[in-house]
Amino acid sequence: MSLMSDLNQKALRQGVPLSVHLDVTYRCNERCEHCYLDHEGDGEMNTAEIKTLLDQLAAAGVFFLTISGGEPLIRPDCFDIIEHARKLRFNVKFKTNAILIREKQAKRLRELNVEQVQISVYSHRADVHDGISKVPGSLKRTINGIRLLKSQGLKVTIANVLMKGNLQDAEGVRQLAAEIGAHYTLDPTITPMMNGDTSLLRLRISSDSLRTVFQNSDLVGNVEDFCAPPPPVDEDAMEGYPCSAGHTACYISPRGEVYPCVQFPITCGNIREQEFLDIWQNSPQLKEVRAIRGKHLTTCSSCNHLGTCTRCPGLAYMEGSMRGPSTADCEKSYVRTGIVSAAMLARANSPSLPALIQIQFAAR
Amino acid sequence: MNPIYIARSSAVAAREMAGEMMIMSATDSTLFSLNETATLIWQAADGKTTLAEIVENRICQEYHVEPEVAYQDAAELVEELASLGILVLSDQPVRNAQLEVTQ
Repeated sequence: MSLMSDLNQKALRQGVPLSVHLDVTYRCNERCEHCYLDHEGDGEMNTAEIKTLLDQLAAAGVFFLTISGGEPLIRPDCFDIIEHARKLRFNVKFKTNAILIREKQAKRLRELNVEQVQISVYSHRADVHDGISKVPGSLKRTINGIRLLKSQGLKVTIANVLMKGNLQDAEGVRQLAAEIGAHYTLDPTITPMMNGDTSLLRLRISSDSLRTVFQNSDLVGNVEDFCAPPPPVDEDAMEGYPCSAGHTACYISPRGEVYPCVQFPITCGNIREQEFLDIWQNSPQLKEVRAIRGKHLTTCSSCNHLGTCTRCPGLAYMEGSMRGPSTADCEKSYVRTGIVSAAMLARANSPSLPALIQIQFAAR
Repeated sequence: MNPIYIARSSAVAAREMAGEMMIMSATDSTLFSLNETATLIWQAADGKTTLAEIVENRICQEYHVEPEVAYQDAAELVEELASLGILVLSDQPVRNAQLEVTQ
């Protein structure tokens, strides 16, 4: 067992929230067409509230902290927040579009020993990238920011979200990342907005396109392994939990709301009303999430893909039940292996798709 | 023998879990797990206290070992941790090596 999986297991046993994703703002200087967030700044935590929150997270045992947004550098206190996080010895991953990165910002991130910076790039072609971000000149500025970060010796990951509009450019972005010396990741997942609006799903790539991606060894690694049929479902899969959301990880919004994950919009509490650890340990919603094992999943517990599916409980929740299937992940499992999922078979007998529920947010 | 001052490197992340200190290097993302003794030394590494004082006041009292033996082992340990970028060693008190928060 690697030290990292040992750490995860230890955190799981001890009930420690090992990883937290903190959005410090929803405001953004881009308007990416697939973004699942609103861009309103009302109700944002102020500097003191965020520092108090970070103190509470450190005391609760959080080690991996992702600081994201919106565009976090829009906040004038962004570096105060990162500095406080580093003083508390968090491992900090920083997500930005890099538009506001100049030499000074890149140097500061290096000085603060941010462990890695993740930046979305949609295409190596300006017309395509800028068309998605809705900001003319954004690709040029983003690439310039990435180069400045790399010149400081920072580890940079280029995240390539795949949509219908940039599907052809995955290879171009991968090559661009290689040329800059950045790590490359690809994600074909488009999620509904956090308020339940599903209109963004029109941007998802087709099954045929997904199949082409999954057959590309430059993008997925060993195709034979990646597309291998699932092994027989065993006890580990039946007793296992779906993902780290709510178990060793959670998400905190700029308004202080705590969720199991950024893709799992069930409010579990607000740090303006409760200490973080109290929410983490006592939230009924988190307890419900933690109680779910593979054997409890409706439909999925009888699916061949149970042990290997990337099923997202948050997306399942947005489809109507955190114990139900996630359509997008069913499709991925099918496209990857050619083996139909239990949920797809069930739907074939009942062709009407379940409506995505409207998510209710806590009052601002 | 020159005194050895030890300070926690500002280039790492750290969190204690179940009595062990987890350390991750921001430079190369390597994850380390310190055992109980190394964790104790890490926690005492404030840049102002010498290794000899740490051994005498923390290690020997905690583990009831001979000071000379304990110091030799501790010196080897901090050399190794320094080579991994986890600690900073100096023959002078170390200033500004850390980003600690006073809570």
